[in-house]
Amino acid sequence: MLSTALLAEAHGAVAFPLLTVLVLLPLVGAIVVAFTPSRRPDNARMVGLLFSVATAALTIYALVNFKAGQGFQFESKHSWISRYGISWHLGIDGISLFMVVLTGILFPIAMVASKPHHDAKPYTAWLLVLQAGVLGAFCSLDLFLFFVCFEIVLVPMYFLIGGWGYANRKYAALKFFIYTMAGSAMMLIGVITTAVLSAAGGKVTFDLVEIATKGNIATVTGRWLFLSFALAFAVKVPLFPLHTWLPDAHTEAPTAGSVILAGVMLKLGTYGFIRFGLYLFPRAAVYFAPALVTLGVIGIIYGAIVATMQKDLKRLVAYSSVAHLGFIVLGTFALTSQGLEGSILQMVNHGVSTGALFILVGMISERRHTREISQLKGLQKSAPIMAGVFTLVMLSSIGVPGLNGFVGEFLILIGSFATRRWYTVVATAGVILAALYLLWAFQRVFHGEPDEANKNFKEMTLAEGLSLAPLLGLIVFMGIYPKPVLDRIEPDVKQLIEHVQNNSNYHQPATSSGEAVAP
Amino acid sequence: MNLLAALTDVKIPAPEVQWFALTPMFILIVASFVLMILAVLTPMGQKKSAYALYTCAAAAGSGVVSLVLWFDVKNHGPRTLISGALTLDGFALFFWFLISCAVFVSALLIDDYLRREDLNGCEIYVLMMSAAVGGLVLAAANDLIVLFVGLEVLSIALYVMAAMHAHRPTSQEAAIKYFVLGGFSSAFLLYGIAMTYGGTGSTNLVRIGTVLRDNFSKHPQFIVAGLALMLVGFAFKIAAAPFHAWAPDVYQGSPSPVSGFMASAAKAAAFAGLLRVYVTVFPTLSPDWRPAVWGLAVLTVVVGSFLAIVQTDVKRTLAYSSISHAGFILIGLQANSADGTSGSMFYLLAYTFMVLGSFGCITLIGRTGDDAHSVDDYRGLSKQRPVLAFVFSVFLFAQAGVPLTSGFIAKFGVISAAVKGHSYAVAIVAMLAAVVGAFLYLRIVVMMYVAETEGEARTVETAGRIHMPYGAVVGIGICFVFTLAVGFAPDWALNFARDSAPVLIAIPK
Repeated sequence: MLSTALLAEAHGAVAFPLLTVLVLLPLVGAIVVAFTPSRRPDNARMVGLLFSVATAALTIYALVNFKAGQGFQFESKHSWISRYGISWHLGIDGISLFMVVLTGILFPIAMVASKPHHDAKPYTAWLLVLQAGVLGAFCSLDLFLFFVCFEIVLVPMYFLIGGWGYANRKYAALKFFIYTMAGSAMMLIGVITTAVLSAAGGKVTFDLVEIATKGNIATVTGRWLFLSFALAFAVKVPLFPLHTWLPDAHTEAPTAGSVILAGVMLKLGTYGFIRFGLYLFPRAAVYFAPALVTLGVIGIIYGAIVATMQKDLKRLVAYSSVAHLGFIVLGTFALTSQGLEGSILQMVNHGVSTGALFILVGMISERRHTREISQLKGLQKSAPIMAGVFTLVMLSSIGVPGLNGFVGEFLILIGSFATRRWYTVVATAGVILAALYLLWAFQRVFHGEPDEANKNFKEMTLAEGLSLAPLLGLIVFMGIYPKPVLDRIEPDVKQLIEHVQNNSNYHQPATSSGEAVAP
Repeated sequence: MNLLAALTDVKIPAPEVQWFALTPMFILIVASFVLMILAVLTPMGQKKSAYALYTCAAAAGSGVVSLVLWFDVKNHGPRTLISGALTLDGFALFFWFLISCAVFVSALLIDDYLRREDLNGCEIYVLMMSAAVGGLVLAAANDLIVLFVGLEVLSIALYVMAAMHAHRPTSQEAAIKYFVLGGFSSAFLLYGIAMTYGGTGSTNLVRIGTVLRDNFSKHPQFIVAGLALMLVGFAFKIAAAPFHAWAPDVYQGSPSPVSGFMASAAKAAAFAGLLRVYVTVFPTLSPDWRPAVWGLAVLTVVVGSFLAIVQTDVKRTLAYSSISHAGFILIGLQANSADGTSGSMFYLLAYTFMVLGSFGCITLIGRTGDDAHSVDDYRGLSKQRPVLAFVFSVFLFAQAGVPLTSGFIAKFGVISAAVKGHSYAVAIVAMLAAVVGAFLYLRIVVMMYVAETEGEARTVETAGRIHMPYGAVVGIGICFVFTLAVGFAPDWALNFARDSAPVLIAIPK
């Protein structure tokens, strides 16, 4: 009896295709929203929110039922395009788990926190399509499926920026689309070549795990293939000098668009580096690590300096993303387990804190119809709560101990210090610069005596506060007690580093035993 | 008396004809003749929808029979017809089906167009069915002369169709240009056929193949010259650079639904001929023709996408984009492999529906007079006709090769064929050109969705409200559903293309 019950339970666990439902639910939601009557835009928003909350609930379910250290879980695999050996293969491990959860949480918040000025129905539908695409990219274990999701997210984002953005939206939307598509054009060739070469005359498959386990791609070829992937990811991250689309896209996008763009979509690049760079081409990743770490560190310093000089508050936050993502790349290509763990944690942190920052900036610009720092002054007087919330989020973004940003940056710096000492020294300067540009901006916007235009600045409403509350909770919780998150990330990161070591001449220095490390 | 007896004694050997296998052709031929007669007997200026429905029925009949035959061929093997003049293989039937679909959708688009533009008569349907018969012959031709006949039947009907819009001078201009350049290209093709005949002693594809296989040509230089000249002739017909110059003028000037028919059925038929001749007959000479096709493909994708950016007329833009598509299809031929051929065929299948749908939308947006084709005329379309704007955007995204549309799978197919053949350079150039091409499609989408309508001199509103007739909606709807369905679940269409590989069959003695 017991065994049959167990069997049934096990069977039930297998039978529910969690990830497939997770990816398709927002898509279904988008279709449902598209068929709601146009005259009642609030209905469309409610339906959209409902679907997105349901998706969030599913991601939480996945988080709760996730078992640390057991590789890919909740897998579902079905043949999709058998002619080319392409399958609908989804699965998550500790690395992608938190990306999925972040995506699940951030979308409903973005929907609640900002209301479109017109055409709420298509706006909501596009957001849901975007969510399906991003979730698909984070869950997919098939190269082709990943490429499809990686590329398809451009379309909803293009419409969101173009349709609901600010003054220069037409230019920004076009630049965003073309820039990113150009980046991934080479990746398509890389994907096909990887699959064909890995098959070595046998049956071609695009399955990530199969190709990575085989690992039979020649070293030099692997380098070229790595580059074809890296270009796409570097544009998406964005790494210096391929970042020029980002400030335009972020600044012109509507608030929800910026939140999603910074919070989740940039992570497609850094996640791609880990999942498809390190895992698929370990030797090439080791070979190119110095170059990528250099670009990451340049990004940290460059992003911070440029952010300091910005006159537009939203643009400032956008450039701060360049700096933060530089940290993540540094941690990833430090190729140590601490660095990689820190990177993954920092991806979540950046999503939470920058998402919250964009929402706050959105609130300010809604009220004042400007984002010019020079036009804002003394907002603290009439909006003390907003100033308080802003302070908390800002401190998290700077990386003050006790808040989430610190844990991630600290781990990254420890991890990279072991293998890239001087890079780490330079990167640490970026932390100080972050304090400079954010505190200075805060000072100019919130402190001082408000002038005529800023005197009647409206305080944050309860609804706005509630929409931000989950993010604030996460900022504090993950700052004080990051263990549950790290526990789930760690085993898979260790395994990945081991995979890299086994497939290359790289050796992770054992700092605990006092082994000499690279300068 | 003696003479009569002598005549009856002489037995003219008549080839055995498998009538059923020719049914799709007969349906279209008979339908076009009957329509000509019927049109004289019915009162003028009425029942135009009946003509369109009649054409649709004929196209549907020919399409369905083609499919039935396709399964028959798949189960019982391919065969030759009329003593080796035609080949009935999956390849031919694939294109028969495709051309029938194009006729079906085009007839739906033309129906209201004639009423809107105040054009009379049924000639356009008669011509379209004749053109389709030419395409059918071309796709099945097993002899270079038969191939030429098919091509000419197709082309001559198209020359007249281009001139169908009696009230627009540009329509006549397009027809003249098309006629002169088309004649020119036919001459090239014919000269190439003559050269090949000189080299091999036959125009029959099977015999040419035998000669080549046995290495039995006394004049191999003639064969190479013939290959080159035929390639030029075909390159004209499929509008591959540098032989593409006619296409933008002709697509722009012709009535919009006719442009769609040209871009879909005519291009598919010409490609059918090109693929069959080069892939089945001349694979042993591929070191000679592959570099030429490589050059054509690269030049075509680059020219098509780059020149499209500077256009301000949407029809002209799509003409250039169709040039660039031809380049992608050539990449499949260039691979000279089974994957490449089926990739090209799948591309043609996907492309036919994309381009018909696109020109269908253009037909509607062109409004009475068929001249609201500037990008400015699309400004703010999403406000007036949100569904039309969305559908047109899907077609444009499909042409740009965005995933989850048929266009992406098509590009994926030819690129992976190129990669499998280690032609990395052409794959990289093609992908870069695709990015450039994406810019031009997005520019139209931007106009429809993003561009401000206030304070602009020309918007979608200035040309009046867009009329959405039932026929066109159904036609565009078919293309829309196909484009997305194949984008999400392409397996069946990929297998359809794969199982339709062209074959050379020995003629029964």
